[in-house]
Amino acid sequence: MQKVLDLIIEKIIFICAIASIIFVILIFSFLFKEGLSFFKNYEVSKFIGGHFWYPSSDPASFGILSLIVGSVLVTLGACAIAVPIGIMTALFISEIVPKGARDVLKSLVELMAAIPSVVIGFVGMITLVPLVKSIFSLPTGLTAFSGSIMLAFMAIPTIVTISEDAIRSVPRHYKQGALALGATKWQTLRRIVLKAAMPGIIAAVMLGISRVIGETMAVMMITGNAAHIPHSIFEPVRTMTATIAAEMGETVRSGMHYKSLFAIGLVLFLITFLINFIADLFLGKNKNT
Amino acid sequence: MIKLNPKLSQKFSYTLLCLAAIFAIVPVLLMVFIIIKNGASAISWEFLSSMPKDGMRGGGILPAIIGTLSIVSCAIIVTLPIGVCAAIYLNEYAKDNIFTRIIKLAIVNLAGVPSVVYGLFGLGIFVMFLKLGVSIIAGALTLSIMELPVIITTAKSALNSVPYYFREASLSLGVSRWQTIRYVVLPNAIPGILTGAILSIARISGETAPILFTAVAFYVPHLPHSIFDQVMALPYHLYIISTQIPNMPKDVIYGTALVLLMMVLTMSCVAIFARIYFRKRRKW
Amino acid sequence: MKKIILISILVMLSSICLFYGCKKYVNGSGKYTASIQIKGSDTIVNLIQVWAENFVKQHPTYNISVTGGGSGTGFASLINKTCDITMSSRQIEDKEALLAKGNNVNPVEFKVGLDGLVVLVNKNNPVDRLTLGQLRDIFMAKITNWKDIGGIDLKIVILSRESNSGTHMFFKERVLRHNDKNSRDEFSVHSLMMSSSQAIYDEVLQNPNALGYVGMGFANSDVKVLSIAIDDKGKYIYPNTENVLNGSYPISRPLYLYTNGAPRDVIKMFIDYALSDEGQETVVKTDFVPIKK
Repeated sequence: MQKVLDLIIEKIIFICAIASIIFVILIFSFLFKEGLSFFKNYEVSKFIGGHFWYPSSDPASFGILSLIVGSVLVTLGACAIAVPIGIMTALFISEIVPKGARDVLKSLVELMAAIPSVVIGFVGMITLVPLVKSIFSLPTGLTAFSGSIMLAFMAIPTIVTISEDAIRSVPRHYKQGALALGATKWQTLRRIVLKAAMPGIIAAVMLGISRVIGETMAVMMITGNAAHIPHSIFEPVRTMTATIAAEMGETVRSGMHYKSLFAIGLVLFLITFLINFIADLFLGKNKNT
Repeated sequence: MIKLNPKLSQKFSYTLLCLAAIFAIVPVLLMVFIIIKNGASAISWEFLSSMPKDGMRGGGILPAIIGTLSIVSCAIIVTLPIGVCAAIYLNEYAKDNIFTRIIKLAIVNLAGVPSVVYGLFGLGIFVMFLKLGVSIIAGALTLSIMELPVIITTAKSALNSVPYYFREASLSLGVSRWQTIRYVVLPNAIPGILTGAILSIARISGETAPILFTAVAFYVPHLPHSIFDQVMALPYHLYIISTQIPNMPKDVIYGTALVLLMMVLTMSCVAIFARIYFRKRRKW
Repeated sequence: MKKIILISILVMLSSICLFYGCKKYVNGSGKYTASIQIKGSDTIVNLIQVWAENFVKQHPTYNISVTGGGSGTGFASLINKTCDITMSSRQIEDKEALLAKGNNVNPVEFKVGLDGLVVLVNKNNPVDRLTLGQLRDIFMAKITNWKDIGGIDLKIVILSRESNSGTHMFFKERVLRHNDKNSRDEFSVHSLMMSSSQAIYDEVLQNPNALGYVGMGFANSDVKVLSIAIDDKGKYIYPNTENVLNGSYPISRPLYLYTNGAPRDVIKMFIDYALSDEGQETVVKTDFVPIKK
């Protein structure tokens, strides 16, 4: 009796494990199906390379180049801020502060990660947007730059937490060896610890990027949503995520516009898939050292 | 190149690192402070416990709070058992073969999918294909798929932290594998699993994009009666009152933001303190 | 160990009790007899919301959920049969009517109010009137500097609504295309697509270079509303209730509710309420123009 019960439970557990694969396959095939039926009626090159996004005009034009550029620009901007600050903060927390303060700081960073993106968007809209406008005397503060700053604060916790783990998992004798040879603490940190933790840090950066590129509400509220290819970071942009969120509501099911949004979803999915895959490779490498 | 005195360069770099940490943390604290300062005046028992009125400019935000709570609790009820079971499989049963690697890869990828893509998926599968309509259950299922990889990962590391010799001791006494897991491994892993679950709850309470097309309404005059009702939700409510309604009193917006923020932060704090507490009491 | 599980179960149970307790406390005792879904234009979502609020106050056994998203969204869900009433700031398009027919949906139209689309600029902007032609040139980025239309030497920031908004479509058809069905003119790619009318208002409020259009309900004395003329020979008309009602203000439009088939039961009650004196008073209160005086 006990054996039969054990067997049943083990099977249930196994099925639950398979569920995650099923979900990935479901999501992928679903996006693929809807996206592919869009590409039946619209060329891929026109979709990826097209400059104009006029989905509800007649004839409609579904060019997402400007949306891709928008997403990439905001993401790069956010990384330029979040990566150095994130890594430096991780170094600071793991190597410099005393142990008691370290736990407090780590918890604080973890709390930062929990702040909802609507709240970040809301605060950015009221405080940062007018500030950016007046400091740089721009026509409008709703720019890729404002978006980048707010998103940087969402990427920093991810980057700090994961790279801090990587830095701390560097074997102690590496450090002890360097210190014994007369290197200062900082020299050890920079030349030995940082290098040994590099794969983990790269993975952290990748995961930070993937969080930023998939962020929706905050960008929708602060980047201005103008679907054109920007000349600088101080112009409004529209990202892929914001386009989906703003236009999906409930477009006519099986219409071209509906499918085009799924096609954007597919593009987003593939991009984040790639980024996460790379991050996972680096994380695996980090464990082996 | 001038060679700096190593001592001096160390001092300089340490200051730089410290500045970076300040720059990372202080603006966020400032953000929280702004919300608390402007929102505190709006918070009252009435604000938390009554329906919105006067075109949502007055009254309270009760339906939004209840809506968020019901979506999130449904989501966690669905995702927690599945996630923990999957983690048990991966940590206790799985051999390191190609199949296990595929599962792990699937989890990594699920974790990276943007939340708005989950929204699209939920709209297509739950709302339209399964005809659940825009409802609590559709939103909850969408959120639960989104949160599944996080639950699996945290539960797996909680199980993993239970020392291997616990299992060996139990197995050597002739106890079956499942019973070992049930009576030896799981009880020791529960604190870790629970803190992970609470952190997940906090995270999905603040999510907007996945429930945007699957669960929320601009306004519903009643509280939900069943899981097939459309509801208002706090994050979405904050979004619409801060962007959509003309002449919205600012303190109501800040108040709503404050309630949302406090809900999320309190839960996270509970999880973090619980983790510290259990780590101290750990017997091994 | 057991304690933890016990505590968490207790917390869950008590929260459920609290939940139902609250429900009783707010809803009275019970079940509602019917529930309807209203979806559509963000322009009138605020008006409909107040209607729904007051309607439910009178008939507490009914439930009405109101969702925004845009007129296109509203029609789409009427066609998909996921809502009972569509609120719209434009008439149903031929394309949509065709789709509806294919889905066995028969849209019935009700005019419930009027809306003037006002053109907003910042209070500190010296410009106070424009012609339709100038507006068109601005939104198509043929005029890009305020000095070309009598303002100061600053770049114009054009604010527009999302493409699924009825306001966007109406402005495009009326101002950019002059009601010409064959015209292919589009908003300039440099226009900022704002996700809501309130966002346009907020931006105009704090940005002296901005120009945007919103429904009359969104304007107030903190921003400047421009007078509009059909051409440079015409009279400049200020958008107020009277001018919208007599049709002299050039950018105005009716607001509609659509149902699938002739309305029955609650849906009929709601539409009757909307057209009643009390309902029309609400129209005035939310700064739209009532269809009846």
